[in-house]
Amino acid sequence: MKRLTPYLLALPGWMWLAIFLVVPMAAMASVSLQTGNAIDGFAMTFSVSNYTDALSRYSTQLVRSLAYGGAATLAMLLIGYPVAYWIAFKGGHRKSMYLFLLLLPFFVSFVLRTISWGFLLADDGILFGTLKGWGLLPADFHVLATAFAVIAGLTYNWLPFMILPIYVALERVDPRVVEAAQDLYASRTAAFRRVVLPLSLPGVFAGVLMTFVPATADPVNAQVLGGTSNTMIGNIIQTTYLTNLQYPTASALSFTLMAVLLVGIFVYARVLGTENVLEAAAR
Amino acid sequence: MAELNAIELEGVVKEYVSHGEVVQAVKGVTLDIAEGEFFSLLGPSGCGKTTTMRMIAGFEEPSRGVVKLHGQDVTNVPPNKRDVNMVFQSYALFPHMNVWDNVAFGLKQRRTPQEEIKRRVGEILEIVDLTGREKRRPREMSGGQQQRVALARALVNRPSALLLDEPLGALDLKLRQAMQIELKRIQREVGITFVYVTHDQSEALTMSDRIAVMKDGLVEQLAGPREIYERPASSFVAGFIGTSNLLSGVANGGVLEVGGGRVLVPEREGDVTLTVRPEKITISAEKPDGEVSVVPGTVTEVVYLGTYTSYAVSLAGGTEVTVFQQNAHDARNIAERGDAVWLSWQAQHSYALGS
Ligand SMILES: Nc1ncnc2c1ncn2[C@@H]1O[C@H](COP(=O)(O)OP(=O)(O)OP(=O)(O)O)[C@@H](O)[C@H]1O
Ligand SMILES: [Mg+2]
Repeated sequence: MKRLTPYLLALPGWMWLAIFLVVPMAAMASVSLQTGNAIDGFAMTFSVSNYTDALSRYSTQLVRSLAYGGAATLAMLLIGYPVAYWIAFKGGHRKSMYLFLLLLPFFVSFVLRTISWGFLLADDGILFGTLKGWGLLPADFHVLATAFAVIAGLTYNWLPFMILPIYVALERVDPRVVEAAQDLYASRTAAFRRVVLPLSLPGVFAGVLMTFVPATADPVNAQVLGGTSNTMIGNIIQTTYLTNLQYPTASALSFTLMAVLLVGIFVYARVLGTENVLEAAAR
Repeated sequence: MAELNAIELEGVVKEYVSHGEVVQAVKGVTLDIAEGEFFSLLGPSGCGKTTTMRMIAGFEEPSRGVVKLHGQDVTNVPPNKRDVNMVFQSYALFPHMNVWDNVAFGLKQRRTPQEEIKRRVGEILEIVDLTGREKRRPREMSGGQQQRVALARALVNRPSALLLDEPLGALDLKLRQAMQIELKRIQREVGITFVYVTHDQSEALTMSDRIAVMKDGLVEQLAGPREIYERPASSFVAGFIGTSNLLSGVANGGVLEVGGGRVLVPEREGDVTLTVRPEKITISAEKPDGEVSVVPGTVTEVVYLGTYTSYAVSLAGGTEVTVFQQNAHDARNIAERGDAVWLSWQAQHSYALGS
């Protein structure tokens, strides 16, 4: 009985996963192999053409999503690491306050926040409108409806998910260990490169996972900030499902995206997630 | 030409501002540590030992005063440019590196040729008896092994001085004693200056050439172990180092009257506080003769401690005196609780504080 207790305690969790993850996935997998239309109904035909069609028609958007997601992740890493570092090592007793400030935007709905960026970046909005009025920017300058706007939006929206895991990893670095490196003739830069950075890599690893996946699949930023020429795969899935009611195609697209992301994560984990890499980084 | 001291502190003060208040962790320490010396900083928790050591290592800048290494002023030199290495209380090993990389770290930072790194790391691992464990990670090792890695990591650089901040604090008694002997052996072998922080007085007494006893950010006494033990400079030192009996009163004609007894006080008149070590006192049922200090008392407690027995004896007037008596072959105690006894000791074993 004692030995069973942990399993029993985990049971609700497993049930939750079974019901809300496995069942919908199975249903979606089945839909993705059906053919038909919303009016006459769909029938199971085990056709993989949904997948091949989806891939050939929307490969541009798929590649674009991966590129935007990747660019946003990189931007988050470059912005987020220094912030996490600063809070962890210079935050003093205000650390919790800084973390709270970081999460403050989350008290406002995600979509609303993104729309506000739309206002802010509008061609004749408060920012650019004013600057153009003063003649500081050319009249045809615009940010909205560019790749830059989408990537910036993605970066903004998921930045805390990059910062938090890196912060947690840095917070656990014993300051004495850094001092030991300096005591052993390492300059500040060398101590960072050979001790702090390698010890924070698990946080970087987690941060990249937590941001790359949702950023790549996100439809909102592309829709609100990207205009018509920056459509991402999330937008395609959304319209295919909600507007065009082509459930099989939408399901096939979702699965394709999931497969691509899973393979990417798997390769990434194999390459970066091992102890050997962490050790090599310290050399 | 006088030989240069390995380390010199001149009026070193360290102030911290915490919660808007200035705290003096070190209030003015001046000391010289000679080349090759085993020097201990001893004192109770919070007296400023670590802070003093961190200023020598360069992690803290003194608020006032000068730190010199080999006669050179290094007060504002960062730690990576100082020729001293530190062994941290918590070891502070690099958790992501194996033993070899931990030990080789300093040599690599100083761009030592590969061949030499190999040779020196191999040598030092042999000295600390860790050959064959090169590929282990710190967390896969016992406390004693980690301690030796930390020691090797510092020693391999052949610094002019090694700073050790309570390096044995985390070890159990048995391992601690083994490591004390080990440390002493290594120090003799490599012949470099050791600055050793501890709050364990027996550790300081057995290992050091000289000891600085610290209290509240100041050095209370700086002397060799024997002198610190036999001739403590203050009641604080007397109480901190081992067990000590304090007897106060007014000396008159070479004699101090305490609890109905006569304590011989050479070379002192007037107000005086004497210390007498418990093992110097003899207990007897009869009043002893001869030129010795003699005081009557009543045994209030008897504690058997293996090699010796500890007696608490209360004098008339309330002063408590602790006496250690070696346990002889017959298994009987010299006195039992409630016995009226005489305490006696040689005149030279009374030491007047502050003389
Ligand atoms: N960064 C700091 N800020 C404020 N006060 C400090 C700081 N570091 C040390 N102190 C204070 O300075 C005093 C001396 O500290 P230190 O660490 O040198 O003591 P220690 O003798 O090493 O004690 P222990 O035996 O407990 O290690 C303590 O009262 C401590 O609270
Ligand atoms: Mg300390």
